[in-house]
Amino acid sequence: MSTTALPTYDDVVERYEPVIGLETHVELGTNTKMFCACPTGFGAEPNTQVCPVCLGLPGSLPVANRAAIEATIRIGLALNCSIAEWCRFARKNYFYPDMPKNFQTSQYDEPLCFDGWLDVEVDGEMVRIGIERVHLEEDTGKTLHVGGATGRIHGATESLVDYNRAGIPLVEIVTKPIPGTGAKAPVVARAYVTELRDVIRSLGVSDVRMEQGSLRCDVNTSLNLPGEDWGTRTETKNVNSLRSVERAVRSEILRQAAVLDSGGRIVQETRHFHEDTGDTTSGRSKETATDYRYFPEPDLVPIAPDPAWVAELKSALPELPRVHRTRLQERWGLTDLDMQSVVNAGAVELIEETVAAGATPAGARKWWLGELARRANETGVELAAVGATPAHVAELQRLVDEGKLNDKLARTVLEGVVAGEGTPSEIMAARGLEVVSDTGALTAAVDEAIAANPAIADKVRDGKVAAAGALVGAVMKTTRGQADAKTVRELILARLGVQG
Amino acid sequence: MAAISREEVAHLARLSRLAVTDEELDTFAGQLDVILQAVARVGEVTAGDIPPTSHSVPLTNVFRDDVVRPGLNREDALAGAPDAEDGRFRVPRILDEEV
Repeated sequence: MSTTALPTYDDVVERYEPVIGLETHVELGTNTKMFCACPTGFGAEPNTQVCPVCLGLPGSLPVANRAAIEATIRIGLALNCSIAEWCRFARKNYFYPDMPKNFQTSQYDEPLCFDGWLDVEVDGEMVRIGIERVHLEEDTGKTLHVGGATGRIHGATESLVDYNRAGIPLVEIVTKPIPGTGAKAPVVARAYVTELRDVIRSLGVSDVRMEQGSLRCDVNTSLNLPGEDWGTRTETKNVNSLRSVERAVRSEILRQAAVLDSGGRIVQETRHFHEDTGDTTSGRSKETATDYRYFPEPDLVPIAPDPAWVAELKSALPELPRVHRTRLQERWGLTDLDMQSVVNAGAVELIEETVAAGATPAGARKWWLGELARRANETGVELAAVGATPAHVAELQRLVDEGKLNDKLARTVLEGVVAGEGTPSEIMAARGLEVVSDTGALTAAVDEAIAANPAIADKVRDGKVAAAGALVGAVMKTTRGQADAKTVRELILARLGVQG
Repeated sequence: MAAISREEVAHLARLSRLAVTDEELDTFAGQLDVILQAVARVGEVTAGDIPPTSHSVPLTNVFRDDVVRPGLNREDALAGAPDAEDGRFRVPRILDEEV
């Protein structure tokens, strides 16, 4: 390593042009697996959702799940792809115990959907991301490495395998290389995965939850000097949140620039992203595609989707998120800029659901973009995973509207919600947080404040109404913030015989 | 010229995790060469208008409805496993690899 200071990100993207590409895996939400009738529920006891087909037992034969084929075609159509008139599954052979068959059934040079695009909005500008292919394959089992200290491979003496996930339909969506985004490459990558997630969710074919692994992302990155050919790319795996997509690209751009600046070469390899440090480390060198010895799967017949079926699926596609957002923006009465901040915060659906649960758009937006967005930012989690649900926020806003909570108390209650203490009403009850509306108690507190601050009280009596603020503060203090400031003020002025 | 080289056989053996001795490499390379050359003879009689055939039966779109059917219980699933622990298949660690 050279001893000169590492270049800054701005400096790097000034000198190098990044090219990115994304491979996204989506686990479909079908009832059964891709090639057998085993259930697919998340979190079942190990090896309780398996059968001879997904365990690769001799003599078993796979049969493709129609619902999975249909879901994949719908994803392809939503991404403006062409649908193959005829295509086959292929065996991808490799030696690793996450597939008991010693191969993964996938698609090779004949993907079900190909050559599409997805428009993504970045800082108010539309970026068109080319889609290379959308193909269908099966998910692998889960391996648990034991004997080592960390559950990672290094130091492990053996692996324990659960095949419940093996065979669950998995759709792989591969972009074309994305050049020309410059410094915005990390943001474009994140915006693409976000938009893709929203599109797939709108189709209702997957719950697309990154934290549960039903949406997974690999990020390809390379750098080249202006005017030169694209550089050697690396593939970063283990990118498990939208935020990490952005961080992984940025970190890889910086790392590659440092290597190139010191006269080194980029090695084509798989790298692993680490959530805690935001860095990537080298994995194994990437096996070339021929090492997988792909060949057409003899046990599954080719797929030739009936054009009438495809046309029917196309005409029945739901309103896509971008169109839907435009409609929401109008309904909520937001400016482009306001809507942009809602989108950037990942709050569109959260606000929509909060409004559906009874809140006003303004009320819903206030909490999600204010308190909760700040909290999500501080703790580095997605807004949707911050701990509060749309139902919580709607309830909180209702309690404020009903006068049971003031703004300050509402914030305290919301903290409780985020900490997992229960619903807003439950927290109010448990912590005894409610606006003091009992006028008797309030009046006593007001009288006490006036008696304790005679000089201020005199000022107010003399017409210096602004001085009442100090008395309001004193009352709020004795009621531990559980009073409505406006009511307190009115009471003070009334007790002092002054017109508000 | 041989249809498959000794190096290619060694490479395939590595991918398949087969420990093959030098003598075996020579033997297998020779045997595989005979097989490949025999298969290659089929190519001599195929006409240009016949596409490569992967499926001999002209059948497409054999699908299954998305309906759950019971599979194996865990005991049966693990019955054929060389080893098991905590309801999982137990296998030797895989060195320096991660897929």
